[in-house]
Amino acid sequence: MSAWPQSIARVIRRSERPAAATEETPAALEPAPAAPAAPVVQIPPHDPLVAYFQSAPGAVDLAGLELDSPALEELRAAGVRLAVPLVSQGELVGLLNLGPRLSDQDYSTDDRKLLNSLAAQAAPALQVAQLVRRQEAEARSRERIEQELRVATLIQQNFLPKQLPDLPGWHVSAYYRPAREVGGDFYDFVELPEGQIGLVIGDVTDKGVPAAMVMAATRSVLRASAQRVVSPGEVLSRVNELMCPDMPAKMFVTCLYGVLEPSTGRFRFANAGHNLPYVRTAEGTIELRATGMPLGLLPGIVYEETEAVLEPGQVMLLHSDGVAEAHSAESEMFGFPRLLDVVGSRQDKAEVIDRVLTELDRFTPQGWEQEDDITLVALTRTGGAAAAPATLDVSFTIPSEQGNERAASERVAEAVESLGLEPARLERLKTAVSEAVMNAIEHGNQSNPELPVEIGIRREGRELLVRITDQGGEREIPEAETPDLEAKLEGLQKPRGWGLFLIKNMVDDLRVTTDGVHHIAELVMRLEGEDDGGD
Amino acid sequence: MAATEFAARVGTEDGVAVIDLTGEVSAAAEQKLLEAYAQTNGEAVVLLDFSAVDYINSTGIALIVGLLGQARAAGQEVQARGLAEHYREIFRITRLSDFMTILDDAGEET
Repeated sequence: MSAWPQSIARVIRRSERPAAATEETPAALEPAPAAPAAPVVQIPPHDPLVAYFQSAPGAVDLAGLELDSPALEELRAAGVRLAVPLVSQGELVGLLNLGPRLSDQDYSTDDRKLLNSLAAQAAPALQVAQLVRRQEAEARSRERIEQELRVATLIQQNFLPKQLPDLPGWHVSAYYRPAREVGGDFYDFVELPEGQIGLVIGDVTDKGVPAAMVMAATRSVLRASAQRVVSPGEVLSRVNELMCPDMPAKMFVTCLYGVLEPSTGRFRFANAGHNLPYVRTAEGTIELRATGMPLGLLPGIVYEETEAVLEPGQVMLLHSDGVAEAHSAESEMFGFPRLLDVVGSRQDKAEVIDRVLTELDRFTPQGWEQEDDITLVALTRTGGAAAAPATLDVSFTIPSEQGNERAASERVAEAVESLGLEPARLERLKTAVSEAVMNAIEHGNQSNPELPVEIGIRREGRELLVRITDQGGEREIPEAETPDLEAKLEGLQKPRGWGLFLIKNMVDDLRVTTDGVHHIAELVMRLEGEDDGGD
Repeated sequence: MAATEFAARVGTEDGVAVIDLTGEVSAAAEQKLLEAYAQTNGEAVVLLDFSAVDYINSTGIALIVGLLGQARAAGQEVQARGLAEHYREIFRITRLSDFMTILDDAGEET
């Protein structure tokens, strides 16, 4: 009875002037436009009159009817004497209501027969008409929904990144496929100072335009906050504060935000209730854990911050619910463990996103209508010497005491660890640094512990520069010559004098300059992994 | 990374004087290395074992050059073994390996 027509009965008021006999015919049936203005009587679906009419064998005299029914009273008040139920396929689709006959006599048996046979034919026709109307209304509402979906898709796609960031030493890929009823998935890359990059993945509860609007707002607020604050936890806290007052009821946003330092692989992140990132390492696949409340639920949330380092060869996958919550034909869920397995599988060399999609395709039934948006963002650290970190700028000083050169060279080795120099080249660099620092201590600073040796490590494009500065600018630095080993072995020359020669042969270039006060020895190591001229 | 103090111990292996070196071959090693060499008593072959050496700097190279000069003057052959790859490279660059036999870990000439 839920599809009960809005007005089930229209009552014909008796006309003042003598009416033609046709006035008492079904011409009065809704929605006949010819009907004179008659009060519309609404019969609520639970009124006992409905059940009574539905099972009545034909025309019903309202006068003799004893039913506790407000609708019955209304009909009587409207002057209806006889009601002929229009029943089609067991459903009461309307009533044919008649007032008193003009003669004021009761309706005859013939009248009733005629009315009953009329009703038997009118009822199916009326039902068809009602169905057509309902379908038209549904089509209109479907069209409106489709239109809304188009708008939602448009908003969504406008706010997703148009291109992927170009991170030297990294391979970045992203995939987004909306469900038919567009969900609120989003991802973003935010350029940050010093070559760092902010990674965002999120999901707004709800679907369609409202979700798309909240997604667009979240993205904008997050971008603005990320430019102002460095700490990912603080960024999420700020976004949460800003979103809370305006968040529509029953909506919230899960979101993971992290800052990646491409040069070192350092990834600091905080999580507002989103799925945990998966990282494939040589030892297996791990989850990067950080928890926190979704955005927009409660103000004053503090987000825990976690740090991980993505090593060369490792892959990180950020993902939305659409994958793990996909169902098979047997209603089994894809699930996080399966996703974790796919990320970790090394059976084929295909990119992780392709592998996830292939596996998902295999898992879901043919012609599967995607249940939720699917968003995947993968970062692979291709690493090694190809990694071209944007920033590396470390400097420190040591006192001019013999033996400190080794400590200095170890510190340099640590500082450049992220560049992934080949072990042999790292050893050469260590030797070169150690020799240059020893020269600075002994010659430049005359082993005076009061005088510092300054060591600066910087990356410029494809070159690693280690600059060793002492305070002996007025002293001349000899040219690096190839020592005459034979003469030394013969005792014709002192055995010493290997320092500069070694340095020159260990690194790709050695630039020695002075500003009158300081000596500066700049060691250059190219990062492309070419052979150096040392051999 | 604490620097290991240099030590040199002399022994013989099949008629070869072996000097086992430990720690850092740098300026501080001079005295001990010369003393050790003096104990080789003119054996025909002096074998320097670098297996326990973790660092050689240019002063260390100079010490080895000095020792090699003395040994050549005394008609001794000098061999080296246990050198880490990086130092083998340095011995090649400095051409020390042209004047002494570099043995691999199995004792074979490289």
